[in-house]
Amino acid sequence: MTNDECKKAVLDIIADIAPDEDLSHVKPDVRLRDQLQLDSMDFLDIVMELRKRHGIEVPEADYIRLASLDSCAEYLTPKFNALAAKS
Amino acid sequence: MPIDQAVENDRPVACGGKLPHAMTSNVSRASDDKNVHADKAFIAFQPLLASDFLFAQTLNLPRIVITGIGLTAPNGNSLAEFRGNLLAGVAGIEWLEVRYMGRLLAGVCHFDALKHQKKKEVRVGTRAGSISIWCAREAIADSGLSVETLAKDRVGIYIGCTEHGNVETENEIFAISKFGYDTKYWSHYHNPRTVANNPAGEASLNLGVTGPAYTIGAACAAGNLGLIHATQMLRLGEVDLAVCGGVSESIHTFGIFAGFKSQGALATHETPAKASRPFDRARNGIVVSEGGCLYTLERLDDALRRGARIYAEIAGYGVNSDASDYVLPNPVRQAECVRKSIANAGLKPADIHIVNTHATATPLGDIQECEAIRAVFGEGCPDTFINNTKSFIGHCMGAAGALELAGNLPSFDDLVVHPTINVDDLDPACALPGLVLNRPAKAARVDTILNNSFGMLGINSTLIVKRFVA
Repeated sequence: MTNDECKKAVLDIIADIAPDEDLSHVKPDVRLRDQLQLDSMDFLDIVMELRKRHGIEVPEADYIRLASLDSCAEYLTPKFNALAAKS
Repeated sequence: MPIDQAVENDRPVACGGKLPHAMTSNVSRASDDKNVHADKAFIAFQPLLASDFLFAQTLNLPRIVITGIGLTAPNGNSLAEFRGNLLAGVAGIEWLEVRYMGRLLAGVCHFDALKHQKKKEVRVGTRAGSISIWCAREAIADSGLSVETLAKDRVGIYIGCTEHGNVETENEIFAISKFGYDTKYWSHYHNPRTVANNPAGEASLNLGVTGPAYTIGAACAAGNLGLIHATQMLRLGEVDLAVCGGVSESIHTFGIFAGFKSQGALATHETPAKASRPFDRARNGIVVSEGGCLYTLERLDDALRRGARIYAEIAGYGVNSDASDYVLPNPVRQAECVRKSIANAGLKPADIHIVNTHATATPLGDIQECEAIRAVFGEGCPDTFINNTKSFIGHCMGAAGALELAGNLPSFDDLVVHPTINVDDLDPACALPGLVLNRPAKAARVDTILNNSFGMLGINSTLIVKRFVA
């Protein structure tokens, strides 16, 4: 999985969590909470959906790594690839 | 004063410096023998119930009026649409796929939740929350008030519910069943979705109301209780505007269907519109429905000051408990409740022009309510019509009382009494004078409407509204 594919996977989740938001102009290097109406419960939703849809666990200490799309990709892409290598 | 020592002379029949029992008594737990004694004592009070009215009058309680209505029923999303279908004989029952059980009959509402909620609110919230928000917003708009200019801390939201939380709990158990019942997949929204105050809380969030907002759990008597509680809070001066009534999301839980089926009380019929048939000899149980109806209630002075349209005035009410069975109704207590409401309103049975029954189309329950009505109204009430709204919309549970009242309010203007439909073969045990069968009836006058709603664990509620006369 590439970084861009990882960002798309995260955006797909956000599209369901925040269905009123326009995601076409999300800046990858800006904190998601600074450009979208997302609260702490929504971030828990992102964590839950990563678990349900992709089998990826994000420990609480790493939640900060989901701050922006860029940081998501940096943190999650290796996890996606590690899972793919296992299967 | 212990409740088992209550005697006639101790009742607060006039403003003689005595407060009602509930305000003065140090009520202790009575022994079984004492309970029986209290029970007999209370029955002996029945002819004296006019004292309730006298006491209420001495308090010079503020008059409370209905100024707005917002609703969603299986056969209509506004009062006009709902009433039109009640007069046209149009039921709102359909087939619904229910988890684990397959296709069942249900009353389903089809309002547009996104009119008043964002998609995210719908996703995060509950169906009962959406119904509450829809009804609250529609009621406030109907009242002529503006949500934006309300004094939000002076608004109370009082919503009756039969149950709440079963839908979300069932959903989460189903969800984790896909993950080997591992609870780490359990939603973090489960608790805010299932707390008992959820429907009222979601409405307060949506409206920005900062006054008291909570639910009233009273099984299928809850819709009336929402109005009754609001009346009390307005009279106490706790709030200036009450948004009140009842809601139900019950069709989204398989449990209620399964429970009624196990109880032998779930309706079956090949034609959905014919399934809910109170008083008919072939009735075979309840059609479970969702729905909601919330009213705006105000003190009369406030309503007049702003030139509000007044649908009706709260005339009186009665609430009591059977204390006899988990599920079986008790016609003696039901009759007591009806009598209390009539006395509380300062009326006589013959003054009641429409009695909207609770009857749910269970074989025994209908007969027992008819027994209670017969005991109160007998043969001496020639101007009293009797009808039933569940024959159109099924049993909307916590919303039932509030919705069924709404369906009858237009009778003050059009002098038409909507019928009880689906009575092809009237059960003789349910034959009552004034029962309006299958087609609307024209009334010479409609000045009062009495609305019965009863619920499991023996909670009974009767609400009377009257035509507003300045």
